[in-house]
Amino acid sequence: MEVFLFLSSGLFLGWSLGANDAANVFGTAVGTRMVAFRTAALVCSVFIVLGAVVSGAGAAHTLGRLGAVDALAGSFTVALSAALTTYVMTRLRIPVSTSQAIVGAIIGWNFYTAAVTDRGSLTRIVVTWVACPLLAAAIAVALVLALDAATNRLKPHLLVLDAWTRLGLLAVGAFGSYSLGANNIANVMGVFLPDNPFRDIELFGVTISGGQLLFALGGVAIGVGVFTYSERVMRTVGTGLLRLSPQAALVVVMAQSVTLFLFASEGLEHFLASRGLPTFPLVPVSSSQAVIGAIVGIGVLKGGRGIRYGVLREISLGWAATPVLAGAASFLLLFVVENVFDQRVNRDLTYRIDAAVVAELEARGVADEGLATLHGRVRTNATRLQHDLRQATRLTDEEILEVIGTARLGDWLVDAAVAERELGGGWFDAAQLQAVRSLAGRRYDRSWRLRRDLAAASAAWRPLPPAAVNRIHNKELETKLAYLEQVFLVDERTESPVGSQAPVGRAGSAAATPE
Amino acid sequence: MPLFKSSQALAQQIDEFLDTVAEGCLVFRDGVHAYLDGDRERFGERLATINALEHRADDLSKAVETHLYRHSLIPEHRGDVLGLLETTDTVIDTAKTSLFQFSVERPAVPGEFAAGFARLVDASCEAAQAVVVGARTFFRDPPGVKDHLYKVTHYEREADGISDTLKRRVFDSGLDLAHKIHLRYFALSIEKLSDRAKEVGDRLAIYAIKRST
Repeated sequence: MEVFLFLSSGLFLGWSLGANDAANVFGTAVGTRMVAFRTAALVCSVFIVLGAVVSGAGAAHTLGRLGAVDALAGSFTVALSAALTTYVMTRLRIPVSTSQAIVGAIIGWNFYTAAVTDRGSLTRIVVTWVACPLLAAAIAVALVLALDAATNRLKPHLLVLDAWTRLGLLAVGAFGSYSLGANNIANVMGVFLPDNPFRDIELFGVTISGGQLLFALGGVAIGVGVFTYSERVMRTVGTGLLRLSPQAALVVVMAQSVTLFLFASEGLEHFLASRGLPTFPLVPVSSSQAVIGAIVGIGVLKGGRGIRYGVLREISLGWAATPVLAGAASFLLLFVVENVFDQRVNRDLTYRIDAAVVAELEARGVADEGLATLHGRVRTNATRLQHDLRQATRLTDEEILEVIGTARLGDWLVDAAVAERELGGGWFDAAQLQAVRSLAGRRYDRSWRLRRDLAAASAAWRPLPPAAVNRIHNKELETKLAYLEQVFLVDERTESPVGSQAPVGRAGSAAATPE
Repeated sequence: MPLFKSSQALAQQIDEFLDTVAEGCLVFRDGVHAYLDGDRERFGERLATINALEHRADDLSKAVETHLYRHSLIPEHRGDVLGLLETTDTVIDTAKTSLFQFSVERPAVPGEFAAGFARLVDASCEAAQAVVVGARTFFRDPPGVKDHLYKVTHYEREADGISDTLKRRVFDSGLDLAHKIHLRYFALSIEKLSDRAKEVGDRLAIYAIKRST
């Protein structure tokens, strides 16, 4: 039952997320006194749990961003670090992005375990700080002008306008809470799915899966965070930065939703691309940054005099400090957990570049004569390998990451029993399942060999040409392949596939969107 | 939806309150005219009517206040709206008090001053009517409020001027001092209505600016 101990950090992360992120959806409503805090907390909690259970379970296979962390004690520590950082920021009444705290903590894990950090994730964080507030501010300004024009034209009674605004704040808040639960539950609980202590239960004739129960528990933790501790950050968002009118409060939450919908929705991109329409560029966005951007946008439109620049400075510093603090905390705590509590915080990964790897890379268009100089040696340190590749080759950072992934050694066994148990439920289609069954009993030392055989066995396992219209399909395929690799990976201690030890998440699918 | 029903019911109550105040001012004007014409029966009817209207306005004002607080409506403008209703209520209070003073003290208005008093009550009532329209506009079109407030200022000044002329004429006349002072008191009492309207107008101007920004 050590999993319950490990679960505690996930629950703490959920609590912190609720305490901080609820301000993004209900901060302006509560700050302007349009919605009472208790009402906001109740609606927010109910919809977070619903989002977590109904839509969040589908995204379980991605195991969230923490999925990169491959040992339970490591996940525990990373989640704990992110939660502690978010908690500190919440104490300081600063709205921050929990996702960025998690990414920062994972980077800390990468440093500690000498895993390779994708530079893209660092770039994404910085881009989010700049691009997201600017986009949200522009959208908020457009919405304010449109709302003013509509109000001047329709001239609604003050009380009717008040009622509509209140309803709008509740509706957008409920929708935002649902998305918050659906998109973040994987961060909070996804990593614990392989060790899920819950089993499927039958309730009034409806089967609730163990995964859904786990996610409901995470949703409740988020809800408790909303009820017990979110009011402080809500006040900062609602009144600390700028005195907002109720209509401006509505514009802020609408601008946040529109920003996330237009610039982070792969579904919208697919919809537009499949009809031959131009698409919006997908940029990393976060609701925390969007809300602040929208408020500042409205402040600037009103002449900029009402903005409390001191608060804005604190918030901006909080954004920059969050991933750094989370990374540092993660690094330190991992040291303590590994050396004081004697817990394994990562799997031992090995890498070897040989002729087969070079041939595979050449087939993908990644070639460099310097690769030959690195042949043969088995390495246990990805960072060292990355360093050597930088010295010996002229490959780009992205290509180096591909080399490292391809050079990874492992032991994958396509186990028929595991396949039957873990791949049912409708997520995998019949052709995909048939292809997996056809490989039963085979063993692989490289994951790309497994992928190659699957692609050869069925077109259902082949990615479509890279294009906006195919992005969702390819991402879904990649998620399924990563899931297979996880399920069929042989644990060196038990010498059986990971999937045969404990139930992994149920099947389903959902495209993960930003928090 | 209960939220909209409740808001619409409240909006209707506010409208009814403003209707009551406006009607009270008209009744006041007619009551003073009836008094000046010596029509005691019509005067008595107007007195009873304004008394009922003033009570009704009080009840509506209280009901709106309770509803606004109980349901936490319009948090940003609640104080302004309650202040507006409260000061608007003083307009009908002033009209009622003035008409009651006529009934209690029965001032003898010589024929040569009757037209002056009639013009004074007309100007004061116009100021009160204009401010009620302004208050109504505040709820739907804050920028439009100023279009009514200039009328309030205009009629208040006109009432000031009429009152000033009337008082000078009274004190230049051969009436005894007690009578002169009595008539001055009633001129001031009628003029007070326009002063109240101006006070409401001044507040309204600020509330409208707050709502427009």
